[in-house]
Amino acid sequence: MQLSPLHHIAVSELLNGFPHAIVVLDTGLRVVEMNCYLEALTGYSGTQAKGVYGSFILRCNLGPKNQYFYKVLETGEPISAEGNIISRDHKKIPIQFTISPLRSDKGEMMGLLVVLEDISLLQQTKSQRIYDGTEVILGHSPKMQEVFALMPVLAHTDASVLITGETGTGKDIIAEAIHKASKRARHPFIKVNCGALPESLLESELFGYVRGAFTGAVKDKPGMFRLAHDGTIFLTEIGDLPMPLQVKILSVLDDKEFYPVGGTQKVKVDVRIIAATHRDLREQIHLSRFREDLFYRLNVLRIHLPPLREREGDIRLLLDHFLREFNAKLNKSLKGFSTNAFNKLLSYAYPGNVRELRNIIEYAANICQGKRIRSEHLPQYIFTHQVSGSLPQPKAYDSGPREETEPPESYKPRAGNWNDIEKEMILQALTKTRGNRSQAAEILGWGRTTLWRKLKTHGLT
Amino acid sequence: MKILITIQGNFVAPRFDMVSEVLIASTDGQKLTEKPRTILISRPSADELCSFITKEDIAIVVCGGIEERHYKYLCWTKKKVFDAVIGPYAEALQLVLENRLTSGTILPGAVGIEG
Repeated sequence: MQLSPLHHIAVSELLNGFPHAIVVLDTGLRVVEMNCYLEALTGYSGTQAKGVYGSFILRCNLGPKNQYFYKVLETGEPISAEGNIISRDHKKIPIQFTISPLRSDKGEMMGLLVVLEDISLLQQTKSQRIYDGTEVILGHSPKMQEVFALMPVLAHTDASVLITGETGTGKDIIAEAIHKASKRARHPFIKVNCGALPESLLESELFGYVRGAFTGAVKDKPGMFRLAHDGTIFLTEIGDLPMPLQVKILSVLDDKEFYPVGGTQKVKVDVRIIAATHRDLREQIHLSRFREDLFYRLNVLRIHLPPLREREGDIRLLLDHFLREFNAKLNKSLKGFSTNAFNKLLSYAYPGNVRELRNIIEYAANICQGKRIRSEHLPQYIFTHQVSGSLPQPKAYDSGPREETEPPESYKPRAGNWNDIEKEMILQALTKTRGNRSQAAEILGWGRTTLWRKLKTHGLT
Repeated sequence: MKILITIQGNFVAPRFDMVSEVLIASTDGQKLTEKPRTILISRPSADELCSFITKEDIAIVVCGGIEERHYKYLCWTKKKVFDAVIGPYAEALQLVLENRLTSGTILPGAVGIEG
């Protein structure tokens, strides 16, 4: 009998067709094949992983002796078990493992098929708190209530979403929460930072490439759009996307298909796009840095995250929340803040928003050796800002058809954006410490590596 | 300078939070200054292992998968962390001494190992 051409299909191709991470193990529990979802989850490529013991690649908690795997090999009966894995980005992801035997035509045991289904959504609590593994969105202010009210609407459609907001307002968490509440939740959520890679790399990262497309392209790479098939792709810092790639994204949005780098065959994908930026895209259009047609295509649904200074009452809530969090993490029993420290924390402008507030509390919780956080436990730079009497400038976001609240009248904007403020903070800290980087990093509440990276970013080295 | 490698058998342990044995080596930056010693941990706990690393004044940590908060804690306390390393710990240690280890490395000795 002549075999159908389908018999010659590559196993990896077959596995890539399933919406879950999958690995095939031999009877010695070594990796034979794994699909692109597992590659994305673990950070190892299938080629690298071949021949390596499966549990080293999976980093799962199914037991050091792999009893589940051995049980399936012995009994030939499939097993389903709950556990977790540590992903390449250091997240502990709850997983439903389904381990099935693989037999030859003659019934000989050949190995195991392990399917890893992400069940983090099932483990979320249904409340106004939206969990992202370890992170949570909290807010009682009217502006955050508006955001919470809008989220189910955004989750129940399939249209593109544009999330705007200053740095540190939680755009990434909102994007993932929208995905997890949508019908695509069981499919991948792939995040791509458009500002982190040069244009040529970003193109191959987004759209993949075919073997031989360029020197070093020794095998096909699927690209993030293909990995996100049936799921959501989150393009963060879309305002930094180079112009030529904007055209390509536009065509994906319109036609749902694209050519991989060096490819001659179009790839069809069904992907929802969520984009985010801290930039004012209308201003970028005005400066000819962003395509107007792409803006309107992305701007189908808009959600604007308010800066912390506009979230009345939320600072108090977040202070309590982060203090509890760091009490638990650092195994401390801090009771609260002194009046001076509390007033200072309430009156500070938080140009870095929730992320900055969290960092300040983390710093203070680490430094404080007593029961109550006092002013001297807070990073020095927040006092420097008050002495100078200037607060950071709120970014002028274009909020489309929605009304944007003006900053309070007492607000005295400083020239420049967060980058300028950060640079100034670094310079102030370095001046204060007479150029001692370790001490400057301590004042700023950063590690020395972070300070070094930021010095390089701001061209201060 | 002290190096800590989380181990399981002859290999770098795949999970930081499930480690029951660690290897500690002392180096002058290029070669070992004494014979590496292994320490058994009574109860696997990432938090306790972090405290142990701080208390022992470890400078370099080599491990498998590690959760973000522990990774950040170690970086915050100025430890150099090589995570997601797969393979025999002896090879990992050698690469650390040669200043050639990177996070996410699958060492040659990891391929074809017996379960």
